[in-house]
Amino acid sequence: MLRRRIVPCLDVSGGRVVKGVNFLDLRDCGDPVEAAVRYAEAGADEIVWLNITASGEDWLALLRAVERAAEQVDVPVTVGGGVDDVQRARELLLAGADKVSINTAALRRPELLADAAERFGSQCVVCAIDARRENGSWRAVASGGRVPTGWDALEWASRAVAEGAGELLVTSMDQDGVGGGYDLELVREIVSRVPVPVIASGGAGSPSDLADALEAGAEAALAASIFHDGTHAIEEVKAVCRERGLPMR
Amino acid sequence: VKVALVDYGAGNLRSLRAALERVGGEVTVSDDPEVVAASPLVVVPGVGAAPHAMASLAARGLDGAIRSALDAGGRVFGVCVGLQVLFERSAEGDVPCLGLLPGTVTRLEGARRLPHMGWNDVVPTRPHVLTGALPATCYFAHSFAVQDAPDSVVLARTAAGSASFASVVAGDRVAGVQFHPERSAAAGRALCEALLRWETAEAADAA
Repeated sequence: MLRRRIVPCLDVSGGRVVKGVNFLDLRDCGDPVEAAVRYAEAGADEIVWLNITASGEDWLALLRAVERAAEQVDVPVTVGGGVDDVQRARELLLAGADKVSINTAALRRPELLADAAERFGSQCVVCAIDARRENGSWRAVASGGRVPTGWDALEWASRAVAEGAGELLVTSMDQDGVGGGYDLELVREIVSRVPVPVIASGGAGSPSDLADALEAGAEAALAASIFHDGTHAIEEVKAVCRERGLPMR
Repeated sequence: VKVALVDYGAGNLRSLRAALERVGGEVTVSDDPEVVAASPLVVVPGVGAAPHAMASLAARGLDGAIRSALDAGGRVFGVCVGLQVLFERSAEGDVPCLGLLPGTVTRLEGARRLPHMGWNDVVPTRPHVLTGALPATCYFAHSFAVQDAPDSVVLARTAAGSASFASVVAGDRVAGVQFHPERSAAAGRALCEALLRWETAEAADAA
């Protein structure tokens, strides 16, 4: 039986792990490859790197780090952030990323998802959707949540899959960083609308939060700070999920 | 064990090379048909779609080189799309493939969600040097698979929703896995070790 996935996420900048509040006061927190290897050994089913800087120099540093991750990490690694065009997606995949995650560039030009899926296969094209509650629904927001778009998040989810995205990484901007649990209603709405796997993101504060997201229909639950700060171990989360009857590796 | 890893632009080249080297493989990455044709063990990587893989192999003359390696007594092993191209045909783009194994590649319509993405059980259907470490849970990322191959070439199966597909296959000196051993943690490492043993196994042992 296909297992549900627990996915730790690392923010990276210039090929280094960084931590900060709202992308400010960034602190260097080490080598993302070493962190990914540790997570893999601790039972992570997949690892996401979110590149949070845009400079060309930082992009090259990211590619070098992805190459080392391809060689040293033995679980899949998804890389997103700054994937502006097919060329950048290609660079990440050839460096050894298993999947690329595309966000703002796809909102500007949805056909980018189709182009990437056509060239690389939809199984390695993830569309990241940042959603914020607004008047009883959700609005897709761009540029790390700073820029609202004209897209209803649920309609955008359907369109992204129609274009060729093979997976959706859905982040609740309302819950992100709060630690009060995922936006389960958002997870359920999106899961019911698309035939592809959905990764829930934004709001994990305890192991039961991740189990809740999986019970709501997400194939995978992503979390950053609870793993990074060592508050909870990946196996601890999996144990809670297993107790609830969820199929885990 | 010397391995020629076929370079036709597949994304998992680097990770697969590292995985084979970790277990002691002497890996040569090559897009040179002569190097591939002369290799005792040819590994065909792959991600994405079979039509693109077939076109890329043909553009470099590597499709012929893979056949030549077999004709010279070598062995061929495919990973993911690299497994799919070993069969007769793929419904993805409706393209002819290498035809080294009987069966076709079709969309996994019975899966709960597509792509079939994540960790799933690989269950052996008979003993073989390649399946010694099975059953195990391995990482998959694909929407198409071999569902109609005769039992004689199926070494292990995986269930995805109501669908069941061949996740490890082997014929005479031709074999492959639909999952990604390079991304399957300890289970993947065990498969890579078995792959290197398969290369040295006598035909009688391997059957």
